Amino acid sequence: MNLLGSLFKSSIGKKILMALTGLVLFGFVTGHLVGNLQIFLPPAKINAYAHMLESLGAGLWLIRGFLLLCLVIHVWLAIQLTLENRAARPQAYGAEHVIRATLASRVMARTGIVVLAFVPFHLAHYTLRVGSPGWSEHTFRLTDGTLVRDVHTMMVQGFSNWLVSGFYVIAVGVLAYHLSHGIVSAVQTLGLKNEKWAGQVERFAAAYCWLYFLLNAAIPLAVLGGFVKLAA
Amino acid sequence: MAKLESKVPSGPLAEKWRKHKTEIKLVNPANKRKYEVIVVGAGLAGSSCAATLAELGYKVKNFVFHDSPRRAHSIAAQGGINAAKNYQNDGDSVHRLYYDTLKGGDYRAREANVHRLAEVSVNIIDQCAAQGVPFAREYGGLLANRSFGGAQVSRTFYARGQTGQQLLLGAYSALSRKVGDGGVQLHTNSEMLDLVLVDGQAKGIIVRDLITGAVTRHSADAVVLATGGYGNVFNLSTYARQSNATAIWRAYKRGACLANPCYTQIHPTCIPVSGDYQSKLTLMSESLRNDGRIWVPKRKEDRLKKPADIAEADRDYYLERIYPSFGNLCPRDVASRAAKRMCDEGRGVGESGLGVYLDFSDAINRLGEPAVRERYGNLFDIYHEITAESAYQTPMRIFPAVHYTMGGLWVDYNLMSNIPGLFVLGEANFSDHGANRLGASALMQGLADGYFVIPYTIGDYLAGQKPGSRPATDRPEFKQAEDNVTGMTKRFLENKGSQPVSHFHKRLGKIMWEHCGMARTKEGLEAALQKIPALKEEFNATVRVPGSADTLNQSLEQAGRVADFIELGELLCRDALTREESCGGHFREEHQWPDGECKRDDEKFGHVAAWEYQGEGKAPLRNTEPLNYEFTKMSVRSYK
Amino acid sequence: MVAETPSKKLFSVTLRIWRQAGPSAPGRFVDYPAKDVNPDMSFLELLDVVNDGITLKGDEPVAFAHDCREGICGTCSCTINGKPHGPGKGIATCQLYMRSFQDGDTIVVEPFRAKAFPIQKDLVTDRAAFDKIQQAGGFISVRTGAAPDANSIPVPKEDADLAMDAATCIGCGACVAACKNASAMLFVAAKVSHLGLMPQGQPERDKRVLAMVQTMDEAGFGNCTNQYECSAVCPKLISHDFIARMNRDYVAAIFKSRFKPASNAAAGGAG
Repeated sequence: MNLLGSLFKSSIGKKILMALTGLVLFGFVTGHLVGNLQIFLPPAKINAYAHMLESLGAGLWLIRGFLLLCLVIHVWLAIQLTLENRAARPQAYGAEHVIRATLASRVMARTGIVVLAFVPFHLAHYTLRVGSPGWSEHTFRLTDGTLVRDVHTMMVQGFSNWLVSGFYVIAVGVLAYHLSHGIVSAVQTLGLKNEKWAGQVERFAAAYCWLYFLLNAAIPLAVLGGFVKLAA
Repeated sequence: MAKLESKVPSGPLAEKWRKHKTEIKLVNPANKRKYEVIVVGAGLAGSSCAATLAELGYKVKNFVFHDSPRRAHSIAAQGGINAAKNYQNDGDSVHRLYYDTLKGGDYRAREANVHRLAEVSVNIIDQCAAQGVPFAREYGGLLANRSFGGAQVSRTFYARGQTGQQLLLGAYSALSRKVGDGGVQLHTNSEMLDLVLVDGQAKGIIVRDLITGAVTRHSADAVVLATGGYGNVFNLSTYARQSNATAIWRAYKRGACLANPCYTQIHPTCIPVSGDYQSKLTLMSESLRNDGRIWVPKRKEDRLKKPADIAEADRDYYLERIYPSFGNLCPRDVASRAAKRMCDEGRGVGESGLGVYLDFSDAINRLGEPAVRERYGNLFDIYHEITAESAYQTPMRIFPAVHYTMGGLWVDYNLMSNIPGLFVLGEANFSDHGANRLGASALMQGLADGYFVIPYTIGDYLAGQKPGSRPATDRPEFKQAEDNVTGMTKRFLENKGSQPVSHFHKRLGKIMWEHCGMARTKEGLEAALQKIPALKEEFNATVRVPGSADTLNQSLEQAGRVADFIELGELLCRDALTREESCGGHFREEHQWPDGECKRDDEKFGHVAAWEYQGEGKAPLRNTEPLNYEFTKMSVRSYK
Repeated sequence: MVAETPSKKLFSVTLRIWRQAGPSAPGRFVDYPAKDVNPDMSFLELLDVVNDGITLKGDEPVAFAHDCREGICGTCSCTINGKPHGPGKGIATCQLYMRSFQDGDTIVVEPFRAKAFPIQKDLVTDRAAFDKIQQAGGFISVRTGAAPDANSIPVPKEDADLAMDAATCIGCGACVAACKNASAMLFVAAKVSHLGLMPQGQPERDKRVLAMVQTMDEAGFGNCTNQYECSAVCPKLISHDFIARMNRDYVAAIFKSRFKPASNAAAGGAG
């Protein structure tokens, strides 16, 4: 088998790809969170940041394409692996018994589906701004005089909707739960884990996921609670 | 009367094997693929033989009744494997290993066979290390050794308490390689139920597929049996539950002589029996005797006291007392009988009074618990699982149990039985351990036979067979053997009996243990020879075998095996009765020194007794092969 | 040899056993009450006793795989109350004693379930897939007689000890049975790691892991999802670290096999 064949056809290859694409997406959501947290700073910060991203032009599309590819591979292999795994045990046990598999590890497919369902909604909402054409019109003048799109206003207005915020909080919660197994699992799949420091990896993952959830949830909650307001 | 020609080559002892290898006939490399060899069994001897013959180019068919060759009971050997490497610089040599093994066998083995075993022992370690067997190592990366009974040097190589497992997995890996490349055709779940002779030569076997029930015929240019020992004739033993004597017994009924069946080994350190439901006795490795001290209370009254409440001065470390130079590491037969004597005196411990203590408190004080745990942790765990007691805190209770059979099918120096073309390896043959086997020698013999002896000696036979002369399986001999097998199956299934097979196995075991166990008497053996034929009759009349022949049917499998054990048990007692001496594992109470040690009679019994089947209902014929000791003096075996 | 049964309190349990007449026959659970159970009995000894009772009634006894009854041959293979080899840590079914159960318990006994381990009858499954994986590469190619002196290849004690940890695998298949995906990764990883940790195993290291994983995949096992049920039920407590190790070995092997220059040897060149 050639290299790509080994990666896409063999069980371990598929798992390696799952881990690698998972880590890329993990990197993306982490970066995304860090960017979004600028909402707690004066509006100029996040607007300048958004402008910087948008001005990447072709580079941005390359990054988007790469992320999309990773997502497609991650999802496609997840489906394949799940189907194979089900086929591997055609008849279930009469008595089911779980010894130490975490709940997060047992619901990866389900949490994955929730996250996957959230992605198009989230993209449509903020990236394509479907249903809110006004958001594309809002502008903001940076201190150097550049006129940029007003992302700050978009976020505040967007999260002012209880339903949107509710779905968002649930989605990041589910994603954090997905990552709590995903991170540790990826380290194991890539062959980087052993019992000597498995505890550290697990603690890191747990801390990360809690932090990821709380910080993400803080954004809509801050908007709803009136801590983050429209720029005067 | 069978012709028993040992074919031991002439010349000085140390030169015999080398000389023999240069003199025996060879099969040319291009011709080897024209010969087919059937190997039955895939323990150490069987799998090493099948793999090596295939490497040489022979077409090999390997039959195992297990679902995988890796399950053979060699896997359970715990302690180690002997080899005269002298890596410890403690004075070991091929000659010393030869001498220890011969003496350990109470001078009842062939000198030349034992010497060859000692010679090839060093090659075995090299071979296994190259296969990746993870032997215990010292910090410098070189191989570690431990001591075993009956030797005053440290020559035992080991892999924790799982040496047999690791060696078998090594041989299994070699076998798997040859199965993978087509050199060996592997038949799992396939039990040999008869041997086929064509013109007096072994040319095939009849096999039952244990899953589908299909009975098939297989022909070959030669047949190799490596099917292990017959210790389950005692029902309770350290053998695996499925270990059986069917292959060798059916070969015996086709004319192969069964030699020295009364030489059975009772291992001194096993976990005592707990109840009537018991199916199996678990061994605690002999290696424990390196650091454990065996004792019983000095006074009968103390036997039910907690061991911790018995003062040091009130304990009798009887092995150290009676055998000061070997102490706790005296040979197995000696240690077992000593334990029996202590229990007979009423000083046995535990509720049943059938047990002695194996105490590690000194070792724990001397080495610390972690060191003891590293050496024996897995054995202590096994002990804990079975008894729910911790041997770190309280001494183990142990008692002797049937562990190995030195007797087996008679073979010559080439490992060929008196039936031309029928070779027998490992525990299934009688050849190397005499009347008692030393610890860590079984693994050595199994691998010696399979890796380093049969690959040479089978050529000597095959060179005399015309390539392609293998008989077709539609010959009448095959049909007759197949009919024999299917007839037996039919009889079992059609019997309207009332008792399960296990019932008869238990009863046979009790008869054997009572009359033909650690100590035997004329009266007892005669009683057994009355009881066993009666049991056989009852078995035939009242055994109940449910189910059908064309499916997995474990009752049917067991029925055939127990039927064979009953007959073999009778022969064993007959052999024990006629051998009017004590030697090694065969102890006749009438023949002992005043101190209770074995009293041999070299004059009258310095020979091999090879029993020859004479037909149903007829007394078997006792052939003898004299043991001509040319190089070593048969002396009184002393471990004092 | 048989001692008096010690004065232990006897109790009763119900065995709920999977009965299946053959590979393609439908299976179902059947209850068998067992009285006078001695806590010192092994679980398989209880099955022996129950089977004798079934035989006396004229029915076919329960087929179950067993042999050494000391936890080393890997033949026994029941899933008991949902856990391969039953309650207890680091044991095979044959090392399970009735003292692990209580009076009145209903004990569910079923075969190891996996597509790659088809049921042959009752509790007996076909685990030949493991042998096939071994035949694909679970060996070091060394011809009998060709080995150098054993001490000419020193092996660091740490490596030998770790290799032994992996090599203790008894090939029972509990890892497959416990994994919710019926994955054989722990078994294969143990085999790959045992040989891969030894200097003797280096020449075939890449070839071995590629071939064994490919054979594993073809046999119909599921994929590893790093939940470690396998190592939790392993009778020898083999660590799932070996799975990480095999993953690493596998990646290294596929990259090496892609970029390593090939010699012309395969094209022949008799000289």
